[in-house]
Amino acid sequence: MSDAPVVELIDVQKWYGAFHVLKDVNLSVKKGEKVVVCGPSGSGKSTMIRCVNRLEEHQAGRILVNNIELGDDLKAIEAIRKDVGMVFQSFNLFPHLTVLQNLTLAPTWVKHVPKAEAEDLAMQLLERVRIPDQAKKFPGQLSGGQQQRVAIARALAMKPSIMLFDEPTSALDPEMVKEVLDVMIELAGEGMTMICVTHEMGFARAVADTMVFMAEGRVIEMAPPEQFFSDPKSDRTRQFLGQIIGH
Amino acid sequence: MIKPEDDIHAATAAADVEEPSSAVVPAPALWKPLGWAKSNLFDSVPNTILTLLALFLLWETVPPLIGWGLLHATWSVADGTAGACRDSAGACWALMGEKNRLMLFGVYPYDQHWRPLLATCIVIAMLATSAPRRFWRRELGYAWLAAIVVVAWLMWGGVLGLSYVETGLWGGLPLTLGLALLGIVLAFPLSIVLALGRRSNLPAIKAICTGYIELVRGVPLVSVLFMASVMFPLFLPEGVSIDKLLRALVGITLFTAAYLAEAVRGGLQAIPRGQEEAADALGLPYWRKMRLIVLPQALRLVIPPIVNQFISCFKDTSLVTIVGLYDLLAASKAALADPEWRPYFVEGYIIAAVIYWVFCFSMSRYSQWLERQLATGHRR
Repeated sequence: MSDAPVVELIDVQKWYGAFHVLKDVNLSVKKGEKVVVCGPSGSGKSTMIRCVNRLEEHQAGRILVNNIELGDDLKAIEAIRKDVGMVFQSFNLFPHLTVLQNLTLAPTWVKHVPKAEAEDLAMQLLERVRIPDQAKKFPGQLSGGQQQRVAIARALAMKPSIMLFDEPTSALDPEMVKEVLDVMIELAGEGMTMICVTHEMGFARAVADTMVFMAEGRVIEMAPPEQFFSDPKSDRTRQFLGQIIGH
Repeated sequence: MIKPEDDIHAATAAADVEEPSSAVVPAPALWKPLGWAKSNLFDSVPNTILTLLALFLLWETVPPLIGWGLLHATWSVADGTAGACRDSAGACWALMGEKNRLMLFGVYPYDQHWRPLLATCIVIAMLATSAPRRFWRRELGYAWLAAIVVVAWLMWGGVLGLSYVETGLWGGLPLTLGLALLGIVLAFPLSIVLALGRRSNLPAIKAICTGYIELVRGVPLVSVLFMASVMFPLFLPEGVSIDKLLRALVGITLFTAAYLAEAVRGGLQAIPRGQEEAADALGLPYWRKMRLIVLPQALRLVIPPIVNQFISCFKDTSLVTIVGLYDLLAASKAALADPEWRPYFVEGYIIAAVIYWVFCFSMSRYSQWLERQLATGHRR
C-alpha cells in the first residue's frame, strides 16, 4: 500500500434540489486500500460512491481520481471511468447480449482491444468468477448470484485499478450472497483498490482496511475495522452496529 | 362446418369457462356441435336473441356478396368493351384485365411499361430477400445499392439505350412503393435523432427537437405536402426548381419522422436507467452507448408502434395526388375516368384496396415474426 491517495474527496457537497445529500464529505483512499462504507438507508453512501465515477455530479468541493479532478471535462470523466470499475446493486447486465458479449463490449469499443484478445481475457475472467460454462447464455438465463459475478467480471474486463461496489449483495437471495462475496474477497486479496458500500459486516471484517460510517449525508466515523467494531467513537455508529449485528 | 378438433377445443374451453375450478369431465353431449351451440349460443334469452339476429344479418349480407363478387361476376370481356358487364348483375372484374396497366403504372409511357414493372419486381424481390435473418450481411447492403442503381436507371432512363422519362410521368404502384419505402428508410434514422434530441440534457437541442415534433405533428400531411409543392418554390431563387416528386418525398419523410420519433422515445423511456449507468461506468461515449446498449433494446420494444407508423406512411402516400402525382390510388381513379368503365368504380377501388392490403398485411406479419426473432435475448 503506497501513501499517495488514488481517490480523494475534499469537502464534497451535493444537493438534490433543496435536499442536502452530501455534507462536507472527506475521504482519502490509497492504492490497494479497501474501504467499506456502511450506514442507514438514505445516508448518502451510494450517492457518494456514484460521485467517484461521476454517475452523479457534486456541486461543491473537489473529487480527484488518480490525481485527475472530476468536473465538466468529458475527457477527464472518460479517462477516469476507464480506470474505475463499478458493480451495481441491480447488476445492470445488458440483457440483449450474451455473457461473453457483455464482457467484451467495453474493451473492444472503448479500448479497441482486438476481438480475439478481448474474448480470451473475458474467458479468463469468467474462469475467475467460476462461470466459464455460461459464456454463451443471455443474462436472463442466469441466477442472481451468477449475474452479479458476470457484472464483476464485466467491470474487471476493463482492467481497472479501482473498483466501486454499490451494495452488490443487497438484491440477492441469501444463499447466493456468499458466492459473490467470495469473488470479492479473492479480488481484495489480489491487491485491488476497493470502495464497497455494503451491510455485510463479515465481509467488512475480513477485507476492510478502513470502515466508514455515514448518516444523514455526513461521514460520522472513519476507523480501522478492529477499532470500528469493538470501540466505535460515536453513539450513532454504536446504535447502527447494534441494529445490524444484533440480528 | 365445424371440424371435429375445433369442436373438442371449443367444448373444452366452454367447460373451462363454466367451471374453472372443477376437474369434472365435460358431459358427452358437449362434445357434439349441437351441444356446443346450445351451451354457447342459446344458453340464455338475450344470447338467443343476439345469435338469431347475427344469423339473420349474415344471411342478408353474405349470400348477396358472394353472388355479386363471385357467382354473377364477369371475369373477362372478349371485345374490350364493358358490354358484357352491363348485362350481368355481378361484379365487373374484367376491369382488372382491361385497365390493369393504367392502374398499376399511371401515365408512364404505355410502350415502356415493362420498365416500372421490372423495377417493381426488383424492389419486391429485394424486400423478400432482406426479410430472413440469415441474409442480414454486408453483401445485402451491396445488393441493395446495385438494385437502387438499376431501379433508378429503369425508371428514369436517359442512358444506355433507355428513353428518358421525367418523374412527373411516374405513377401507380412503383410510385407508391418508392415514396413509402424511401420515406420510411429516410424517416427512421431522422426519427431516432429527434427522439434522442428530445431527451437530451442540452436545452437548445431539446427545444429544437421538441419544437419540430410538436409542430409537424400538429398539422395534417396534406398541408405539409401542399406547402412543399406550392409554397416552398416561392422561396427558391429564380430559375431554381426542385423536382415535384422529391418535394413530396421530403414532405412525407419529415412528417413520418415526427410521428416515429415519439414511438422511438417511448422505447427509450422503457429502458431502465441502470442500463445507461452501466454503459457510462464502463466509459462508453454517448453515441456508442446509444448504438450498442440503449437503441437495440429500445427499438425492439417499439416494433409494433414503429410498424404501425410504417403502414400508416405507406397508405398516406396516396395523399400525393393533391400535388398532382399519380400514385396507385390516383392512377386507379384515372383508369376509371373512361366513360365505358366508369360505372364499375366500386370494383376499381376494391382492387386498389386489395393491393394496399397485401402490402400492409405483409408488413404486419413480418413485424410479428421479427418481434419473436429478436426476443431471444430475454428468453429464460
